[in-house]
Amino acid sequence: MSDIISEYEDRLPGKIIEDVKNSVPKGISDTKLKKIMEAVYDEYRNARVSSGEAVGLIAAESIGEPGTQMTLNTFHFAGVAEMNVTLGLPRIIEILDGRKELENSMMEIYLKKPYAGGKKLEDLRHLALQIKETKLKDISTEFAINLADFTIEVKLDREQMKELELTNNKVMDAVSKQLKGYNLKDNKDSLVLKARSKEDTFNDAYKTKEKIKGITIKGIKGISQVLPVKREEEFVIITAGSNLADMLQLEEVDAYRTTTNNIFEIEQVLGIEAARQAIINEIFKVIESQGLNVDVRHIMLVADTMCVSGTLKGITRYGVVSDKSSVLARASFETPIKHIINAALVGEVDNLNSVVENVMINQHIPLGTGLPSLTVKPQKAAKEK
Amino acid sequence: MAEVYLNSKFVGTIDNTIEFVQKIREERRKGMITENLNVYYTEKADEVQLESSKGRARRPLIIVKDGIPLLTEKHIKQLEKNEISWSDLVKQGIIEYLDAAEEENTLIAFFENELTPEHTHLEITPLAMLGYCTSLVPYGNFNQSTRLNAGSKNQKQALGFYASNFAVRMDMDVNLFHYAQCPVVNTIMHDTSNYDKHPAGQNIVVAIMSYKGYNMEDAIVLNKGSIERGFGRSTYYRPAIAEELRYAGGLVDQVCIPDKDVKGYKTEKDYRFLEDDGIIYPEAKVREGDVVIGKTSPPRFLSSMEEYSLASSTRRESSINLKHGEEGIVDFILLTENEEGNKLIQVRIRDERVPEVGDKFTSRHGQKGIVGLIVPQSDMPFSASGIVPDLIFSPHGVPSRMTISHLIEMIAGKVGALAGRYINGTTFDAEPEERLRKELLSLGFRESGVETMYNGQTGEQYTAKIFMGDMYYLKLKHMVANKIHSRARGPIQLLTRQPTEGRAKEGGLRLGEMEKDTFVAHGASLLLKERFDSDRTVVPVCESCGIIAIRDNYRNKSYCPVCGENVTINDIEISYAFKLMLDEFKSLGIYPKLQLESKY
Repeated sequence: MSDIISEYEDRLPGKIIEDVKNSVPKGISDTKLKKIMEAVYDEYRNARVSSGEAVGLIAAESIGEPGTQMTLNTFHFAGVAEMNVTLGLPRIIEILDGRKELENSMMEIYLKKPYAGGKKLEDLRHLALQIKETKLKDISTEFAINLADFTIEVKLDREQMKELELTNNKVMDAVSKQLKGYNLKDNKDSLVLKARSKEDTFNDAYKTKEKIKGITIKGIKGISQVLPVKREEEFVIITAGSNLADMLQLEEVDAYRTTTNNIFEIEQVLGIEAARQAIINEIFKVIESQGLNVDVRHIMLVADTMCVSGTLKGITRYGVVSDKSSVLARASFETPIKHIINAALVGEVDNLNSVVENVMINQHIPLGTGLPSLTVKPQKAAKEK
Repeated sequence: MAEVYLNSKFVGTIDNTIEFVQKIREERRKGMITENLNVYYTEKADEVQLESSKGRARRPLIIVKDGIPLLTEKHIKQLEKNEISWSDLVKQGIIEYLDAAEEENTLIAFFENELTPEHTHLEITPLAMLGYCTSLVPYGNFNQSTRLNAGSKNQKQALGFYASNFAVRMDMDVNLFHYAQCPVVNTIMHDTSNYDKHPAGQNIVVAIMSYKGYNMEDAIVLNKGSIERGFGRSTYYRPAIAEELRYAGGLVDQVCIPDKDVKGYKTEKDYRFLEDDGIIYPEAKVREGDVVIGKTSPPRFLSSMEEYSLASSTRRESSINLKHGEEGIVDFILLTENEEGNKLIQVRIRDERVPEVGDKFTSRHGQKGIVGLIVPQSDMPFSASGIVPDLIFSPHGVPSRMTISHLIEMIAGKVGALAGRYINGTTFDAEPEERLRKELLSLGFRESGVETMYNGQTGEQYTAKIFMGDMYYLKLKHMVANKIHSRARGPIQLLTRQPTEGRAKEGGLRLGEMEKDTFVAHGASLLLKERFDSDRTVVPVCESCGIIAIRDNYRNKSYCPVCGENVTINDIEISYAFKLMLDEFKSLGIYPKLQLESKY
């Protein structure tokens, strides 16, 4: 059995061979199997896209047409314990542009077995607090500058600190780690910072005061909100703000399932293949949420285009479009003068290989009926006669 | 203590606010301060807003004191006898105008019997909340508001008797409706606005049924007999204007029959209607291309010596002729002078418009539709009593739009036509439907308004009873004759050699970017090329320098302006737009070098 199947290994994709293996009855005769494999191969060949099909344009139309029906509004769930997520057209644009800064970045943190069960709710709360970023300004009531000696006094909020399980020492540690050149003094209800250098001015003190407000005391940088949610049998933590690299360092976090909606971050941490999958997932999620129906393969093609170069590239004039080999094609998409002038400076050659240029000069486009060309050279044929 | 603002500018503060506001209102009613001032007090912000600026929308209301309106029977009698006028009522402080802000401080009753001591104002009539055109919709209170909007919008586009001095007017692009009638189902607004002096529609018999699918998607089917009897006829007037302009150097345009040696002389046939003065005669039947006013202008560039010496013979032809697709009969000619004292000639051309497939008609309820078919009267369905509808309206237009007033008007119209009286259909104040139905029964018809009908072609009785009644229908100004357009070959633009744009210039229909994409998606490469061949050109290209070469047909030779004659030059086929782009590159100092290679 395996002999016959392995014959097809270089002709059929692994997934299909696997499927056949699993669905064929055990004691099947070789002739029957051969027939099945032949039929599968025929089906597979028929299902393939024929050469010269305008897959890219069809993908664009297939995503673009339902896109016109998408509501432009993002929904805000006021007052409900729900994260604010960009959805609809703005989100699709955000993904396709390959933006690094998202309007609403968000993570879904899955936890490893012992933590995910939810039996120890206290632990979960504890973990959530550990993740959420606490800045110095969140646990203090007042930042005051002593004009006499330019010391900065930070009055601490006892209640907040108790809630966040912070002690004065922990706060002092965090501040001293991130702020160099200052001496710290613990005054029980407040911290006093004094510059080590003597030539401190009011301006310096003021700058430092503003700076220390943003010092991270606890938690993971960038995570501004945490929300534990029960999904089926386990607890998942949803966060506003995203920091995949640091999050995966936490012991409790299940690195296999934890994800973010920031594709750029995924590319940085997990690599380009993961980014490709993330693009597909994110776009598909939006399209599905709008009740539209787009074949995934169109989205896959878009994701492939954005990732082929090895780094994430948006579908913008700086990204994918700037990689086009044809000057005329680039010039026909935004900022034509820039492209033409640059091409003129280096003496670029346009081989007129793709669609746009040929539409421009009114020649056959190299697609569909315009693709085949003569392979017989008439002179040669004549000579042979 | 409240802040006081006058026209949104802070002017001071006041302690006893309510007293202050009341005093202003009282003095306004007494006429001690201007009637144009409105006050608005908001407790929330604790501020008083006084408004007297222009551009506020205001509306009149009857003032109510202790639950009793100030307008009494006595006033109404005086009004009827013309002893007092509207402005007297305003001056006496019986009626006042409120703006949107002051309305917030009031409690307004709709009807007199609803009044309580808390009420401050009384609505003059519920109709007051509608505009002029909307008030013309009968039974409007049975409709969705959007339909009322659509209905009043449509009425503004209706053809009618637009001015009684139309015969001596020189209007651009106007329509005159023939045989206009007053509506049988009317409203108070029809009376108040003297609608009978300038009606805009006709009362016709409408049946709600389908007719072989020719009234799908809002289309309507017309009875040819009705059209022949004058339904929906109108005249379209369009003027042709010419001026004898004066140019620098004492040169002047001349209205005349152009000489044959004038630059741009058309053909003798085109000038055949012109009389000796160069102007067409009245009642001439003109078609597209015919000259209406013959005119010549002085040559364009006087500075050229050559032209100057031949000045008299090189005058340009600048006659006014009928454009593509226009036709009509010369109706009226006006000779006068313009502000600068130049001779001005206006010719009015009239064109009778008989309803045809594609013309737009509407009832007064936003139920507009295009004529889909004109059926001979013999083929129209007829009722048991022999009534043949003038128009067949599709039943699919009703459920989704919920224009109940359309249906009620049909019943009301039927009653009105049979009983020989006008039916009052004023919104909120109409003759009740119940009574109309009873009257219809007493007139010998089914009270539901349906009738047994027969197929006009086979004579068979229809299984369904057909709802039929009389309505007021309007012809809208959108007529196919003004819009129809097609082109196979035609004029092209000078710069790009692509077809011109628009109906007036006999332009082509653009196959745009997205339409192009659909061709590409289908892989229809050769079809796409053929479709874009409108500006195809063949240009010679120098093989050595890649610049467009020159073809000299006299010497039957091609040469390159850069490399000379001893180079290979090949012809290539490209779009003219691309050739133009190459030229623009060259003018920018960019060298677009074409590298030729055999396609095969």
